[in-house]
Amino acid sequence: MIWTVTQALLNGLITTFEIFIFTLALALPFGLILAFGAMSRVKILRYFVQVLVWIIRGTPLMLQLIVMFYGPGMLGLNIWSGDEAGRIAATVVAFSINYACYFSVIFKGGIEGVPAGQREAGEVLGMTKSQIFFRVTLLQMVKRVVPPMSNEIITLVKDTALARTIAAYELTFAGYSFMKSAGLVWPLFYTGVFYLAFVGVLTLLFGYFEKKLSYFR
Amino acid sequence: MAILEANHIEKHFGSTKVLKDVSLSLEEGNALAIIGSSGSGKTTLLRCLNFLEIPNAGTISVKGETLFDASLSAKEWEKDIRKKRLHFGMVFQSFNLFPQYTALENVTLAEKLLAEEKPDFKKNKKEIFHAIEEHGKELLRQMGLESRMGHYPHQLSGGQQQRVAIARALALQPDILCFDEPTSALDPELTGEVLKVIRGLADRKTTMIIVTHEMAFARDVADRIIFMDDGVIVEQGDARQVIDNPVEERTKQFLARYTQG
Repeated sequence: MIWTVTQALLNGLITTFEIFIFTLALALPFGLILAFGAMSRVKILRYFVQVLVWIIRGTPLMLQLIVMFYGPGMLGLNIWSGDEAGRIAATVVAFSINYACYFSVIFKGGIEGVPAGQREAGEVLGMTKSQIFFRVTLLQMVKRVVPPMSNEIITLVKDTALARTIAAYELTFAGYSFMKSAGLVWPLFYTGVFYLAFVGVLTLLFGYFEKKLSYFR
Repeated sequence: MAILEANHIEKHFGSTKVLKDVSLSLEEGNALAIIGSSGSGKTTLLRCLNFLEIPNAGTISVKGETLFDASLSAKEWEKDIRKKRLHFGMVFQSFNLFPQYTALENVTLAEKLLAEEKPDFKKNKKEIFHAIEEHGKELLRQMGLESRMGHYPHQLSGGQQQRVAIARALALQPDILCFDEPTSALDPELTGEVLKVIRGLADRKTTMIIVTHEMAFARDVADRIIFMDDGVIVEQGDARQVIDNPVEERTKQFLARYTQG
């Protein structure tokens, strides 16, 4: 029995991992774009980001997921195929928008946290704007955002469980299905082991990054 | 002929006039000290010369070439602004070293980036970088930092960091080296080592502008002194004369506070 359950949960873990990795791949660049939008000189752009961040942070992710999955169909736009792939795609899009907003706030703090004197020192040394960004401020920014980003990314691992709401077969759904089919509760408890292992690996990874960046202050 | 001419510089921040019709000139090989209380506009003046602030009025020229003219459009004078900035070197109050680079890397970074833009760079990359590194090492040696070249800024004392910053500013061989209160962020026991380095530069006839609160130092090292108050130059002249025998009442009051202390 335990082997059957483990296999089923590993299957669910693959979906969990897919949601995690695709969300990260989209939300990181999108979050950076939003951060630049929030700091833009163009007022409309700044307001747009502010309103978006307000809506996304102000409503439950589960609700956003449901709206993302069912909303288009209600408007007659069937963009999500009804199969597993469609469910995962809808989850990834909803999650990416959500996480990009949280990331953007962190990125903005990271960019603004680098003292103005760093940019000025680059300017008086005749550096171009892009040289100042890539050679001077970027790494200082990365160092500042690694700890808060680790937090968010670890939260993302656990938020993937919400995909069950739209019946995507991820880890929690895989565990839960044994309750319905065989009346077993322990497979659901057992999923915790997988989440802990996942987060454990990430924690080691972030610890490594932080250590790598600890050579300067 | 003066190496630097700044004429009728004005700078406003909103409705606050920080600089009101300030003009100054500087001879090659001379050191000019700017003194005055906080908020008198000294630092803003220095920042205008380095184009960290854009004056609302006035002109700035170096070696007869007009670098800035407020009557021109931004587009016109911002042409080659990077090149124009290189006429000036800047040493900041808070050092502003790049924390992720070693002392030597701080000194050589800008020079290497500039070298990359030269047409013959790819062919001679190795030789060019080698020459830049040697130049950087020589500058750090001059600053008494030969044993600190591989240290990161946070591993250095404030005085050492400021000496790295001076080497970094010298690396690009500016026509005029500017110091913005170079010792104000330092513990008293560390100011001496930085002042000694600046004194050495003055002995070698480096053209300098030094914004400072160290009156005795200004008197000794500078050729000329400008006293600023409330955005205008109140008095200027030979360094010893301004400190020892000020003419204007406001200068006397200002200096009295220092000699009392």
